[in-house]
Amino acid sequence: MTIVSQVRGPRVKPVRRFGRRPGRLAAETAALLIAAVVAFPLYWMVLSAFKPAGEIESTEPRPWTLAPTLDSFRRVFGQQEFGRYFLNSVVVAVAVVVASALIAFLAATAVTRFRFRMRTTLLIMFLVAQMVPVEALTIPLFFVMRDFGQLNTLWSLILPHIAFSLPFAIWMLRGFVKAVPEALEEAAYIDGASRARFLWQILFPLVLPGLVATSVFSFISTWNDFLFAKSFIISDISQSTLPMALLVFYKPDDPDWGGVMAASTVMTIPVLVFFVLVQRRLVSGLGGAVKD
Amino acid sequence: MTVPTSSGALERRRVRVDRGYSRSSPRLFRGSGIPWLYLAPALVVLGGLLAYPIYQLGLISLFHYTQAQVSGGEATTFEGFGNYAELFRDDQFWQVLLATVVFAAACVISTLAVGCALAVLLTRVRAVPRLALMLAALGAWATPAITGSTVWLFLFDADFGPVNRVLGLGDHSWTYGRFSAFFLVLLEVVWCSFPFVMVTVYAGIRSVPSEVLEAASLDGASQWRIWRSVLAPMLRPILVVVTIQSVIWDFKVFTQIYVMTNGGGIAGQNMVLNVYAYQQAFASSQYSLGAAIGVVMLLILLAVTLVYLRLLRRQGEEL
Repeated sequence: MTIVSQVRGPRVKPVRRFGRRPGRLAAETAALLIAAVVAFPLYWMVLSAFKPAGEIESTEPRPWTLAPTLDSFRRVFGQQEFGRYFLNSVVVAVAVVVASALIAFLAATAVTRFRFRMRTTLLIMFLVAQMVPVEALTIPLFFVMRDFGQLNTLWSLILPHIAFSLPFAIWMLRGFVKAVPEALEEAAYIDGASRARFLWQILFPLVLPGLVATSVFSFISTWNDFLFAKSFIISDISQSTLPMALLVFYKPDDPDWGGVMAASTVMTIPVLVFFVLVQRRLVSGLGGAVKD
Repeated sequence: MTVPTSSGALERRRVRVDRGYSRSSPRLFRGSGIPWLYLAPALVVLGGLLAYPIYQLGLISLFHYTQAQVSGGEATTFEGFGNYAELFRDDQFWQVLLATVVFAAACVISTLAVGCALAVLLTRVRAVPRLALMLAALGAWATPAITGSTVWLFLFDADFGPVNRVLGLGDHSWTYGRFSAFFLVLLEVVWCSFPFVMVTVYAGIRSVPSEVLEAASLDGASQWRIWRSVLAPMLRPILVVVTIQSVIWDFKVFTQIYVMTNGGGIAGQNMVLNVYAYQQAFASSQYSLGAAIGVVMLLILLAVTLVYLRLLRRQGEEL
């Protein structure tokens, strides 16, 4: 875990940054308190998922439970198509992550390793494309999907998400591709490697860590998406994704909080796992994206 | 759609940038067709699913397009800027626009303040508190917007939420009043977006040479003074990026408002442009009005982007 190692870095020379001050104790107390506050909603979510119904619907909520139960989870998984929704979400997210990573890798290589007419224009257009409010495009996309008969299919979720995660992925990958020394490329060609061989067997493995960091963003935006699922999957519920399953329990007038919290927990865990797996690349990746 | 209008400026910029490029890195002169081959998949996808829908959005906004036209019962009629005229006459539109701008501004300022303050705090503490804060922030960052929204709603629930108990507010409803509902959404938005700012700014601070900070603190500068006169200027490029990203994200907030205020609040009091467009299109079947709102949003965000590009260019960034 790089964050951990980064976090440990300064401990070796604790006096280096700001010097030892009496205020440090206060600062550390504040940091721990803030960490507790920030983590509290997640704690409360998991806690409530395990609470028995009587304790959730209590006017004296307590921050612990003495009788943890899986009732809420049973209700969530007992919901007719929950497994199906989960699978759909996974299929969509994986398809988007893989496709956008490959496409973005090629595009990022093109704009960093070659000089051609329109290069800067293209880069600016990728930047502009990042700003496009996805939600506003729901209306035309609805008609595009309808005209191609893709409403109520997973394609109607996969394709737009690939398009919306590409600009940011390309923009962010640039830094990683740039970081691979040109000497390596020259050496490869001198040794007789073809362009394709260099691309897939040398450049690709070197950029892979960056690709993984980039995919966090496409994964999260796809996994979280609720607008497209709501708008494009209108009649065939078997093609729905997790957010819609969550909303089954969330009826504004009489929400089943236990079910909502259990479904939220189920939905959050894959993202957390993914995040923990790739977070070591995340900070350096952001640094890279920010620097260029 | 909007790109051609600025292509003149881009053309000039490109020439300048390219000249700089060819001097510094002649290696980049190489095969002319290959980059386009590499770019082809990206361009096809972006053309079909981004550029074309944008064009369609503009087109729909110029027609009279409601349920009758969608089902094919009536012919579509060209309206020109009629939809826009209707929109601009509508008081609610201006109200929603104002709410969107104020809400986004409040979110951006709060997110940046919290993120930067915590980034500075991170540099002042030892490993364990730093790790705790980092992990908590990563957790908040990773939480999907929809689950974050439901969890925060539950925390502030009038009947069963812990917050009202702790604050002794009885069964005060946070989503009933306009401002308290916006405030609740703001808390959730800040909670899930400050980690990006914190982590990025923290990474930036760590890249500042320690001698500079040592010198400042030896000269007796206070924390605030060090931030204002040393760190902030050195971190300017990073701050520009996180500010603009925050503006763009917070201006487009949809899920949080939609879920937490149940589709825009009582009588639409908590609508922002995104939700408003969605409601017009899919709830009232006023597709052309929804599209017109979408175009307005697109133009506002485009303006923000142009400011961003100018700032980047002034910093002498090379694309």
